[in-house]
Amino acid sequence: MSPVLLLAAGGQAAQDLSTFDPVSPPAESIRNLSLLVLAITGFIFIVVEAVLITSIVRFRQRHGNDAAEPPQVYGSQPIEIAWTVAPALIVMVIVLVTTRTLWEVNVKPPEAKPGDNALYVTVVGRQWWWEFDYGQYNGRSLGFVTANELHIPASVEDVARPVYLNLKSADVCHSFWVPRLAGKTDLIPGRTNQMWFQTAERGLFLGQCAEFCGPQHANMLLRVVVDSPEDFRKWLENQQKPAVEEASARDGKAAFLAQSCINCHRVRGTRAAGNYAPDLTHLMSRQTLASGMIPNDPDGKNLRDWIANPQTIKPGCLMPAFGLSDRDRDRIVDYLRTLR
Amino acid sequence: MAVAEQPRELASRNWTAALHDWVTTVDHKKIGILYVVMAVIFLVIGGCEALLIRWQLLVPRNDFLGPDVFNQLFTMHGTTMVFFMGMPILIGMGNYVVPLMIGTRDMAFPRLNAMGFWVTLFGGLLVYFSYATGGAPAIGWFAYAPLTERTFSRTAATDLWALGLIVSGIGTTTAAINFIATILGMRAPGMTLRKIPFFTWTMLWTSVQIVIALPPLTAILIMIVFDRNLGAHFFDTQNGGSALLWQHLFWFFGHPEVYILILPVFGMVSEIVPVFSRKVLFGYEFMAAATAAIVFISLGVWAHHMFAVGMSRTEDLFFVVSSLLVSIPTGIKFFNWLATMYGGRISFASPMLFVAGFLSMFLIGGLTGIMLAAAPWDFQLTDSYFVVGHFHFVLIGGTLFGVFAGIHYWFPKVTGRMLSERLARWQFWLLYVGFNLTFVPMHVSGILGMPRRIYTYDADRGWDFWNQLTTVGALVQVPSFVIFVVNVIWSLPRGEPAGDDPWNAWTLEWTTTSPPPSYNFEEIPTVRSRRPLWDLKHPDDPDWNYE
Repeated sequence: MSPVLLLAAGGQAAQDLSTFDPVSPPAESIRNLSLLVLAITGFIFIVVEAVLITSIVRFRQRHGNDAAEPPQVYGSQPIEIAWTVAPALIVMVIVLVTTRTLWEVNVKPPEAKPGDNALYVTVVGRQWWWEFDYGQYNGRSLGFVTANELHIPASVEDVARPVYLNLKSADVCHSFWVPRLAGKTDLIPGRTNQMWFQTAERGLFLGQCAEFCGPQHANMLLRVVVDSPEDFRKWLENQQKPAVEEASARDGKAAFLAQSCINCHRVRGTRAAGNYAPDLTHLMSRQTLASGMIPNDPDGKNLRDWIANPQTIKPGCLMPAFGLSDRDRDRIVDYLRTLR
Repeated sequence: MAVAEQPRELASRNWTAALHDWVTTVDHKKIGILYVVMAVIFLVIGGCEALLIRWQLLVPRNDFLGPDVFNQLFTMHGTTMVFFMGMPILIGMGNYVVPLMIGTRDMAFPRLNAMGFWVTLFGGLLVYFSYATGGAPAIGWFAYAPLTERTFSRTAATDLWALGLIVSGIGTTTAAINFIATILGMRAPGMTLRKIPFFTWTMLWTSVQIVIALPPLTAILIMIVFDRNLGAHFFDTQNGGSALLWQHLFWFFGHPEVYILILPVFGMVSEIVPVFSRKVLFGYEFMAAATAAIVFISLGVWAHHMFAVGMSRTEDLFFVVSSLLVSIPTGIKFFNWLATMYGGRISFASPMLFVAGFLSMFLIGGLTGIMLAAAPWDFQLTDSYFVVGHFHFVLIGGTLFGVFAGIHYWFPKVTGRMLSERLARWQFWLLYVGFNLTFVPMHVSGILGMPRRIYTYDADRGWDFWNQLTTVGALVQVPSFVIFVVNVIWSLPRGEPAGDDPWNAWTLEWTTTSPPPSYNFEEIPTVRSRRPLWDLKHPDDPDWNYE
């Protein structure tokens, strides 16, 4: 059954989201801690289950020995002290290694400064998508906003490129979780949380919202794309530009600006300046639509379906179907497809 | 007494008289049975909700249920199992057994006792009434603010949920106060606090914990009702309210709640292990002290549910240490049960069989708890399926297996009939296998990055196989519950007659008839040790020589 479903999902190979397969220092520290704790608890498990099974087998009632009661043992202070102290020592060991890991993982981000190779992004959780407000890279201010796909630069050889996130929420509680990069950090309205990661491994890392946040919590998917430093620089340059103006899409642009799309969406360089829904300035630079649910295919088929009826694709999402005429819809899709 | 004693035959012949009798009863035994029957009905309802959840998650991108229905189901499943199954069944069993165990005729406040039951039931009905208003709440049983604010949850379901829990909380609180008064004030002559049966001791401490932990829940429920209906802004973050305030106060209730759900089971296990091992409970005093220690320590561990909210490292560390400390007294209990079994002559009649299941699986729940208490690892595991696996090992592997042990243990006392051992064995093994098949794979899907409370998932994530195992496991459990209900219904008229003391046990409930008369004991017994029936059966070697 699963190969069929895989094809249905667009022929993607199985993705790795395992917490035991880390590619970033916080996730690695956690994996190391977890192996140690797993060893300790595994040892306790084996010993205690062995004692339990031994008692069950050895002291099981058998025919012929049910006459007299066995000797009554009321307790033993030395034994009690022993099995109070032994777990206490184990607890102490776990506390010590946990403390060390905690101090490795939870690091206060340094101030951005030129030459630090660090990327600062403010993540805003929204029902049910992610807004990424790019702050600084390498000490330089960026000042653009994108959605759902977080591009970051890969560390190369001895140049670490850490990513520091400020996490906020515009509505309810969410949680940022990309298992192979780091543990979760919640996005809580009225608070700013912080987390960090860095990785030398290029490619796509999947995650999703991990705090129940309403009807479409399951589809608040998250993609982190790790680019080579050069690709990342190119991507940044493109993102910083205002939206492209193509003469061929002038009709479409007019249709777009005439509809209520612009109350929520923004396209930089036009009068579409909504700040309630994903920024569309470079929509076609993203791989997916609807926060990672469907591929953003170059033909615009999914985009057309999405605009026609978002509620069948993502029931309960906050984008309504506007009942556009086919002509308007096609023109708008044609325009959006130019926003590379 | 408020109700005149009715001869049994008359009551069964006249339907309305029987109904009147049960509705107006203030007899602790009947109220206990009412609690248990109500809890079992809610168990079936909550179980069906779980099955629907599992069917939806059987395959990726399943369209069996939509997001709204799914989110309502897991909200109702959690709420039902915690508030209308878990607590009532333990309170009900305590209600039945505690007065008999301590040699008295009823609870301290019989009318309050009856009110507690009916209020709990009405609370449950109020929450379920939300279905009649168009749909259940879809906020999770933990109901994190500000998702519960009117801005995000617009229907009346959330109000009914909060009101239902406030009402049932009144019932739970009165039950706890009643237990404390009964246990402290109404013990048989000679039964000092150091000599009370262990189940009674754990009911006492559970009650203390209810009295301490429930008020914060009631407070925040009232606050959210005010927010939603009177324009208050306690949790309304857009108007300066605090989302974290809800989490702190909810878990200040929510974590002790876990111990409220397990301590009475520790008590039942501590009654059953000695009787079926034919040995006195090893280290009673240490066990008793460990119970009190668990109660106090567990009041200071709540924020381990909140490691990911961005607390400082020092705060994290505090809750790491306190959470790990709970494992020490819990370990003491575990080792003492093993020591009681060691050197005994263990009979695996159904109560002990369920206890063996309890011991083998509660251990796993405890050890995964240690993993979750290691805060950095919790950053990965929290809100993943690993947590779902963990707490079901505690609440099913622990609480439910223990409760079934207790039900099989006391059923002969309550009805005068034995349950069928053969059916009990089928029930046990189906539950044991099905349970493990359901919840072990959840740990794996959690480690592979699957979050909780998602109504669907993509096929490319590597989670489908583990979810299929889980769903199959859930289906394997179904016949187990059916067999249990069949066993109870079949055994009531046809089970083997039990006699007063079928297990050759040692506590006072086994001195009276099965079922006991409404006044429990013709003569209030006098007690000299923790095992009054041992003293009676072994006059040459009584316990009081050793205590």
